[in-house]
Amino acid sequence: MEKTPMLEKANADRYVQLENVDMTFSTKKGEFNALKNINLSIKEGEFISIIGHSGCGKSTVLNLIAGLMQPTEGLLFCAGREIAGPGPERAVVFQNHSLLPWLTCYENIYLAVERVFDTETKAQLKTRTDAALELVGLSHATDKRPNEISGGMKQRVGIARALAMEPKVLLLDEPFGALDALTRANLQDELMKIMAKSGCTAIMVTHDVDEAVLLSDRVVMMTNSPSAGIGEILEVDLPRPRARLALAEDKDYNHLRSEVLRFLYERHAKKVA
Amino acid sequence: MSAINISKESLTAIMKSNDTAVIKDTVVSKGAEMSKNENEVITKVAQISKSQPSQLKPASAKPSNLSIQAYSFFKWLLPPVFGILMLLAVWTLISHQSPNLPGPLKTFHSAVELFSDPFYDHGPNDKGVGWNILASLQRVALGFGLAALVGIPLGFIIGRFEFASRMTAPIISLLRPVSPLAWLPIGLLVFKASNPAAIWVIFISAIWPMIINTAVGVSKVPQDYMNVAKVLNLSEWKIVTKILFPFVLPYMMTGVRLSIGVAWLVIVAAEMLTGGVGIGFWVWDEWNNLNVEHIIIAIFVVGIVGLLLEFALTQIAKKFSYE
Repeated sequence: MEKTPMLEKANADRYVQLENVDMTFSTKKGEFNALKNINLSIKEGEFISIIGHSGCGKSTVLNLIAGLMQPTEGLLFCAGREIAGPGPERAVVFQNHSLLPWLTCYENIYLAVERVFDTETKAQLKTRTDAALELVGLSHATDKRPNEISGGMKQRVGIARALAMEPKVLLLDEPFGALDALTRANLQDELMKIMAKSGCTAIMVTHDVDEAVLLSDRVVMMTNSPSAGIGEILEVDLPRPRARLALAEDKDYNHLRSEVLRFLYERHAKKVA
Repeated sequence: MSAINISKESLTAIMKSNDTAVIKDTVVSKGAEMSKNENEVITKVAQISKSQPSQLKPASAKPSNLSIQAYSFFKWLLPPVFGILMLLAVWTLISHQSPNLPGPLKTFHSAVELFSDPFYDHGPNDKGVGWNILASLQRVALGFGLAALVGIPLGFIIGRFEFASRMTAPIISLLRPVSPLAWLPIGLLVFKASNPAAIWVIFISAIWPMIINTAVGVSKVPQDYMNVAKVLNLSEWKIVTKILFPFVLPYMMTGVRLSIGVAWLVIVAAEMLTGGVGIGFWVWDEWNNLNVEHIIIAIFVVGIVGLLLEFALTQIAKKFSYE
């Protein structure tokens, strides 16, 4: 292989790159082709949403980028390097927060920090952990265990843990799916602010149309399984910072929103089994 | 040796009981009288418990916390007291039928005498009951401790690695159902002494619940936590100390509790066969002396010590629970 294509992949326009990715699971009922021929380039600093009906393989795409799974066919790159497994430059916010219940909020974050910045002193690690808690507004919950705080707070700790690793790419797997609407809206606003500050690339899986349009620069819409693929990619060129209330009556916002809805419910409606 | 003695003595006992066939009848009639008394007592108790709420009525009209508390305490206490009374009644009844079995009162007097000096030492075959209990506890501690030392890490390995699990599965399912005492001859053969053989029996019977429960716990660690470990790229040491161990601890403690129960169960039987100092051998010794009171006392002692061991471990388990 030549050297130049590798370097080219590292450029900002193709920060995360999926090339002809196929994913087939072997189940008891035989082979199941979940993803077929996925091609996607994500720019550095971009916020991408992947939306689709449940079971279409959105989370599989995210797991592939996280390195938790290996594709059956095709290649994945991050910052010009092939993704061979999980790495600290790709942090994940899990759907159900996945905090360790026997550790305090502080310890949960510290566990991640201490692994990524293993050359630093304890004082430095403590500063990083405290800063991450402060970023999500949870300095007061430092010594609380996950079962002592609300669902929204747990998810914030999950985000803090991911951000504390100072990742280049933040992967969010339906991060607000388990929360009530008000908490979700609050956290979405906070996430927008945090992402504007940190400037890292984000890939979020969601099935919430408003969330996808509000947060993203581009919305990747997936067709249904089996052999799910990318149906359409919608550019969301709304100016930032975006305000939820103002956008609610914005013509462009509502147009984009109905574009996504049309894709999901007209062209690729899920057949009710 | 001692088995012959017993059969002789038990034969004479049976002979005696045949001689006293006439007396038996009178005993039966006495027993009937007793049970009449028993019924009276029961009806009296019933009357008391019935009359209790009616006595409380004026109190509840003027709400008084103390009487309500006393009532609920009484209600809480009544069933166990009733159960114990029933046990004593049945015991009394049987002891009246068979004169060789001492009744509760006779046993109680014997226990008072026995526990007035539990730590005497008249040579290797005549030691106080306290020494015997301590000797048994020491054996259990050794056998159980060794079992924990081997069983818990083994459980972790079996739960963590599919290969180890499949490798050990046939061995475990083959050896686990074997009666603990079947291992005693092997122990005697290998160690050529009765004390290590007894500890070996405790070890082999206590190890299974700890291996199995630990392994089950490890295999039940949620995939989410393992994904966290993968994404954070944790070292195997961190995975074990920060994820596996805290998660598995409650499972492990269940195994430990089951194990100590089994160990204490087995020690009595093992010591009966190996001899020396110990509560099991003490039972056998008292049987040879035909001191049935002491055997009954030993049964209670074994039960109470087992209860205390279980209670202590439950308390420890509660301390380790993260929820």
